[in-house]
Amino acid sequence: MKIYENTGNKDTRSGFGAGLTELGQTNENVVALCADLIGSLKMDAFKANHPERFYQVGIAEANMIGIAAGLTIGGKIPFTGTFANFSTGRVYDQIRQSVAYSGKNVKICASHAGITLGEDGATHQILEDIGLMKMLPGMTVINTCDYNQTKAATLAVADHNGPVYLRFGRPKVANFTTENQKFEIGKAVNLTEGNDVTIVATGHLVWEALEAAKVLNEEGISAEVINIHTIKPLDSTAILESVSKTGCIVTAEEHNYLGGLGESISRVLAKNKPTPQEFVATNDTFGESGTPAQLMDKYGLSSKAIIQASKKVISRK
Amino acid sequence: MSNIKKLQDLTTQVRRDILRMVHKVNSGHPGGSLGCAEFFVALYEEIMDRKDHFEMDGIGEDLFFLSNGHISPVYYSVLARSGYFSVDELNTFRLINSRLQGHPTTHEGLEGIRIASGSLGQGMSVAIGAAQAKKLNNDSHLIYSLHGDGELQEGQNWEAIMYASAKKVDNIISTIDLNGKQIDGATDDVLPMGSIKQKFEAFGWTVVEIEEGNNIEGILEGMAEAKSRTGKGQPVCILLKTEMGNGVDFMMHTHAWHGKAPNDEQLEIALKQNAETLGDY
Repeated sequence: MKIYENTGNKDTRSGFGAGLTELGQTNENVVALCADLIGSLKMDAFKANHPERFYQVGIAEANMIGIAAGLTIGGKIPFTGTFANFSTGRVYDQIRQSVAYSGKNVKICASHAGITLGEDGATHQILEDIGLMKMLPGMTVINTCDYNQTKAATLAVADHNGPVYLRFGRPKVANFTTENQKFEIGKAVNLTEGNDVTIVATGHLVWEALEAAKVLNEEGISAEVINIHTIKPLDSTAILESVSKTGCIVTAEEHNYLGGLGESISRVLAKNKPTPQEFVATNDTFGESGTPAQLMDKYGLSSKAIIQASKKVISRK
Repeated sequence: MSNIKKLQDLTTQVRRDILRMVHKVNSGHPGGSLGCAEFFVALYEEIMDRKDHFEMDGIGEDLFFLSNGHISPVYYSVLARSGYFSVDELNTFRLINSRLQGHPTTHEGLEGIRIASGSLGQGMSVAIGAAQAKKLNNDSHLIYSLHGDGELQEGQNWEAIMYASAKKVDNIISTIDLNGKQIDGATDDVLPMGSIKQKFEAFGWTVVEIEEGNNIEGILEGMAEAKSRTGKGQPVCILLKTEMGNGVDFMMHTHAWHGKAPNDEQLEIALKQNAETLGDY
């Protein structure tokens, strides 16, 4: 199987920061807003380079979303930055009415998503945001897996006309996708070819899926790993083509199984090709304090959990 | 005919439009709509420097944002009579497949609308964003917005009010419709807000009061004063004292007509008090 090399751990939020910095140079319509988390979101460089296009709104996320919607009227492309929790649940109605229903070209960029935010605990760890955002008509939902992909996605969403939710995280994780890759919204990326099981993963779970595939391969099980960076619109074709070959699927995400990627895929399968599926996701629970690694292990989001789920789903074929 | 008389005639026609629109579908919000009829007419006919065709980006023209979207009847009537779309379309208010949704929206592409509103408290933030886009575009035109007084109970307003003065957004004129009423009764009974004037001033805004918010001349004078205060480093607020249900005697001095349509008999009485001027749609 194809082996991916970790070129060094990096945080996905720094990929966002790098992408935003580049957009500052290349697209004069890009503006950025932040609710008192410039350092956490890695927006420092954009702010320093383009102070006239940077809006510090203070701890007032609802106002930030509204201002972003208003800035689009006048041709600006606003990128808002705060934690995933405060980017979604806290401002859901503002996003729903002023951005999604109004069809505004706002990019809602959310760091510290999921349980790997770590020690701050459940008040800050949102595991429901993908569900919230994918339910909004017209909203594109993207969850990137590493630094390089997050940078590429940040560049790509600026060229997409419409509201986008871009989800990334806090911890330093393996950086394994190619530098300066072309990012196609809504297009799944096949990472390994396999015949026994399809593993579809998003965000931080993509690297875990690759780690799981290596172990499975050593045990004689060939896994096809697909990186679904875009949860909405979902690349149904890629999923259906893969399960036609493997006959079973594991979905893996740093999110509640309710409302997450797994559910979106279940719907595709139920409508087109009923297929045994196992879910690697949190089980309708809040998170807690701990290191990211401890939490991923405790809440069943590790490569170990993917290996177990793969064996189980193969036995159900 | 004097210009003021023209505006007054248009206002009377707008009142008829409001009453007929809500009566036809037996739903909608006539009270606040009637209270703001003079304001909308003055704004669209006299005050705003606007293009005669609609462009979403609104570069090179003044823009208006309605935050308290439930007074859509007055908004639709004035937009239609200002030439954004045909007055015949007022017939479709709140009907299935209409562009004139219960609350204003961009979703159906209705000319003149730049943001959805209805869920309260969001419009000032949007207006501020549009004002900041104007500054980035070196566009010296102004942003106008309208908000209910009861709407100020929504906390997002105060985030926006704090922000606008901190960031010196001085190309915005936000008007508060001070009719003292909301769905459940008088604002002073539902949730007394104290002095709205002092609150805005404490937050660093310039406040202009229009005592006679249902008098065209009073509005024009107050708006001119507000306009003269823009560009001086502070956002500008107008406190517009209006009478909910203005122009229909039995709809005034009560909150009962906030979200209730007149029946056939009531419509007839109300229309008699507002004789046709420019012609019904």
